[in-house]
Amino acid sequence: MNNLLSVENLTMKFGGLTAIDDLSFDAKNNQITSIIGPNGAGKTTVFNCLTGFYKPTNGQMFLHKEDSKISLRKYTDFKIAYVAKVARTFQNIRLFPAMSVLENLLVAQHNELMVASGYSLFGLLNLKTYRDKEQLAVEKAKYWLDIIGLTHRADDNAGDLPYGDQRKLEIVRAMCIEPRLLCLDEPAAGLNPKESAELNKLLKFIKTEKQTGILLIEHDMSVVMGISDHVVVLNYGKKIFEGTADQTKNSKEVIEAYLGVDE
Amino acid sequence: MEKKDIIQSFKDSLFTGLIALALFGPIVGLRTESKGEGLFITPQWGLVFLLVGLCILGRFLINLNSARKTEITFFSKFTSKFSVITEDKAKHFAITAILFAVVFPFLPFTDRYFMDVAIMILTYIMLGWGLNIVVGLAGLLDLGYVAFYAVGAYSYALIATTFGWSFWICLPLAGVFAAFFGILLGFPVLRLRGDYLAIVTLGFGEIIRIILINWYEVTNGPDGITGIPRPSFFGLPFKRSPDEGETSFHLFFNLEYSTMHRIIFLYYLILILALITNYFTLKIRKLPVGRAWEALREDEIACKSLGVNPTNTKLTAFAIGAMFGGFAGSFFATRQAFISPESFTFIESAIIVAIVVLGGMGSQTGVVLASIFLIGITEMFRDLEQYRMIAFGGAMVLIMVFKPKGILANRKPTILMHGDKK
Repeated sequence: MNNLLSVENLTMKFGGLTAIDDLSFDAKNNQITSIIGPNGAGKTTVFNCLTGFYKPTNGQMFLHKEDSKISLRKYTDFKIAYVAKVARTFQNIRLFPAMSVLENLLVAQHNELMVASGYSLFGLLNLKTYRDKEQLAVEKAKYWLDIIGLTHRADDNAGDLPYGDQRKLEIVRAMCIEPRLLCLDEPAAGLNPKESAELNKLLKFIKTEKQTGILLIEHDMSVVMGISDHVVVLNYGKKIFEGTADQTKNSKEVIEAYLGVDE
Repeated sequence: MEKKDIIQSFKDSLFTGLIALALFGPIVGLRTESKGEGLFITPQWGLVFLLVGLCILGRFLINLNSARKTEITFFSKFTSKFSVITEDKAKHFAITAILFAVVFPFLPFTDRYFMDVAIMILTYIMLGWGLNIVVGLAGLLDLGYVAFYAVGAYSYALIATTFGWSFWICLPLAGVFAAFFGILLGFPVLRLRGDYLAIVTLGFGEIIRIILINWYEVTNGPDGITGIPRPSFFGLPFKRSPDEGETSFHLFFNLEYSTMHRIIFLYYLILILALITNYFTLKIRKLPVGRAWEALREDEIACKSLGVNPTNTKLTAFAIGAMFGGFAGSFFATRQAFISPESFTFIESAIIVAIVVLGGMGSQTGVVLASIFLIGITEMFRDLEQYRMIAFGGAMVLIMVFKPKGILANRKPTILMHGDKK
């Protein structure tokens, strides 16, 4: 199995506070790598560095393509999604609430559609080439909506969906940019057990059927232990453990970090 | 109703009377008149007491019947019914409105005054539609929109008076200039949102106006530009006695000469320009760039995480919005034949923003209704002279109380998966 992402000596400092301290780990293609740790361990900061929202103080992040590798440090802002194809979701859902479900998924395909519409010129002339491309984009959206079972609500506002469906919609919206790495920030937060189980199914489907590696931040241990192939445990910005889900469950360091040590 | 309630509402209405007294006292009570060698104050206390008394009585009656509640539900019922009708039959409404606009100049009661008001309303509708792209779709609150109107007007006036080019060449040029200024404004404000953006755009509007006043060599300063050429009807000017070797409109069509010909032509010109703006906006809203504007309004961070370039998206919104402002500006210049910085004050920006916001952000029909309502009401009360702005304010308050999200606030998706079920 090939490495997809390697993080090397990543350090992020905010003034005097070291949020991430010399962190190194790898994530593999078609695997789910979970990052867990107590609150304030620096998990979301790792995501923000990976997805270009922060510029790390030190260290490198590489995304491997067949035989070349690209450095993620070079891309900031929207280019991380556009060029490097790293997609993410957010801890607090960030859909476009006043736009319909279908429109949400079409915005995710903005860059292809923009080219197809000749930067709006062909689109204004209503050329057939553009209409065909738009039809393809709608079909892609339908494909994903069928998977999460929301096709019947495609024309409703995204903000009107129940919470669990909004979470799933945000994940498939990220999948519409055809990412190589999908970063999910607490996708199971606020979901009930049934919805968590559906989420597990969706993530497993993405992992096996798509050429995508998944990086997951999660507090819900039923999700983490159920689907992770690889677990990285952080505490105070440092990696304290790395291994499979079963190894993590029995690790002394991890239990200490979560529950404290007997004096 | 208990006694306690009556006393309570009596106190409340006395308080209302106090506020009314504070307002009407200086506004109505003290009237200045110029007699002979100076200004004299004539008190009109009788009128003040009448007005204050009316306020107290009205308030007391409202309280007594506790009619406030039923009144509001009545109004919102009425207005929501109205918006349902217009949304459902949006197409019919639009066609009827356009047909009415087309035959309007030939209706029996239409005179010069009606035509002038109609042209003014159409100009505001066009400005509202242009600003709707920036404020309604892209969600960038622009309080300096009048700057692009001014840039359009001055570019048209300067090009037309300097080179003598025709209206149809100057119009697109004015649009291009305005779009360029839109991008110029867009760059520094890319990182700003909400209130901060509003303040900077407001400043930009003032900067343009002050440049127009002070750059005397080019803009002729506060004196303005005079003798701006009038547009011609496909090369036929609207003149009573055309120059040597020229045919004018009324001679060519064998009509009696009338100044109304030009007014009617200007009316159709602004009608067509406004309809082009509308058509363009409706089209571009359904294209990827339009959806990106709306997505940017909803959540900029989410946009970035999906690879949408916020810089380009914002700049196109500013440029296209400014371009239509520029078109409207060159129409204004050719209609007035005279422009000065006086016409491009902040109040103009404020009126255009009010039209967009009160119409319902992003709603094209809403802009039309709000323009007719706001400009029409202000015109209707023209006899009241300086008090007519009270009517303007009153109209705004009425809309905000009964339709806080604007007259038409419903948004229709730009693309449907299951087709129109209704």
